[in-house]
Amino acid sequence: MDENRLDGNAAAGVLAEIFTFEITTALATCARCGAAGEVGSQMAYVSEIGTVVRCSACDNALIRVVRQEDGPQRYWLDLKGVEYLQLQERL
Amino acid sequence: MAGIPRKLAWRVAEVAETSPDTPRTKSLFLEIPGWEGHRAGQHVDVRLTAEDGYQAERSYSIASAPEDGRVELLVERLEDGEVSPYLTDELRAGDGLELRGPIGGWFAWEAREGGPLLLVAGGSGIAPLMAMIRHSRAAGNGTPVRLLFSSRSYEDIIFRDELERLATGDETLEIIHTLTRSAPPGWEGYDRRIDEEMLGEVAFSPKERPLVFVCGPTLLVEAVATALVGLGHDPSRVKTERFGPTGG
Repeated sequence: MDENRLDGNAAAGVLAEIFTFEITTALATCARCGAAGEVGSQMAYVSEIGTVVRCSACDNALIRVVRQEDGPQRYWLDLKGVEYLQLQERL
Repeated sequence: MAGIPRKLAWRVAEVAETSPDTPRTKSLFLEIPGWEGHRAGQHVDVRLTAEDGYQAERSYSIASAPEDGRVELLVERLEDGEVSPYLTDELRAGDGLELRGPIGGWFAWEAREGGPLLLVAGGSGIAPLMAMIRHSRAAGNGTPVRLLFSSRSYEDIIFRDELERLATGDETLEIIHTLTRSAPPGWEGYDRRIDEEMLGEVAFSPKERPLVFVCGPTLLVEAVATALVGLGHDPSRVKTERFGPTGG
């Protein structure tokens, strides 16, 4: 068992610092295996270094985000594991 | 534009009251100026700042229903935690607490989504599910709700009295307990970890297409989710929230 394996929901806080749309209900399609699912249903690995959201089907890294902890707010966001993200307004 | 939330910002809540639930858990009741409301199942991030500027952040599920006036957080005291011992032992009514939220729209339920609703909790994993139970009762639309709740012992059952009170005389709310470490004399309920056999006896049939929310320690959540899919439940209707092995 991986000690830091959580649900995509665990990445909601840091991603909400970046996205104004709700990210956990956004649909992400994996650039490697093509599986599509809501970000909240993927796996999240949260550590002091940063947060990685992985495809629940093939474990490909979909979203990687690192936040600079000191000084001005600065983020590194790697989305290359995602074919596309579908974000939508909540009604 | 309507529906697009503003950027998530830190703010200071005021602690209105703290109240022990069990020997290891405490409820914090918060007044949050400008709180725009939440959906049952959502969480907040809590941030503590030490005098030297060091910050520690943890997520806590909201246990209160959207209809309740105050926001209730359930905190389990973890011996080696950086955050929870402060929240359970030091924090007093009148203190400020820095937080942001509500966060997370995926592990959330609104009464209008209907049911039946199957909730499976391990220990303090009851928190977001309690919000759903309270919300469903407040909405009063008759959604059938079934809770399977795993606790270590009878004394460790969080919200025990309120759950019993809510279920009394209400045919649409069923509470099933299992105790994993010790059971009182005469205990007639389950006394083992949740397994596929127990879920088969307790859960709504897959044909009823229940919405399922599972929250608790990682091992429990993964065992329950796997067993439910094995029983024929649609994986896309089984939502999980792992607390992880440590918390804080």
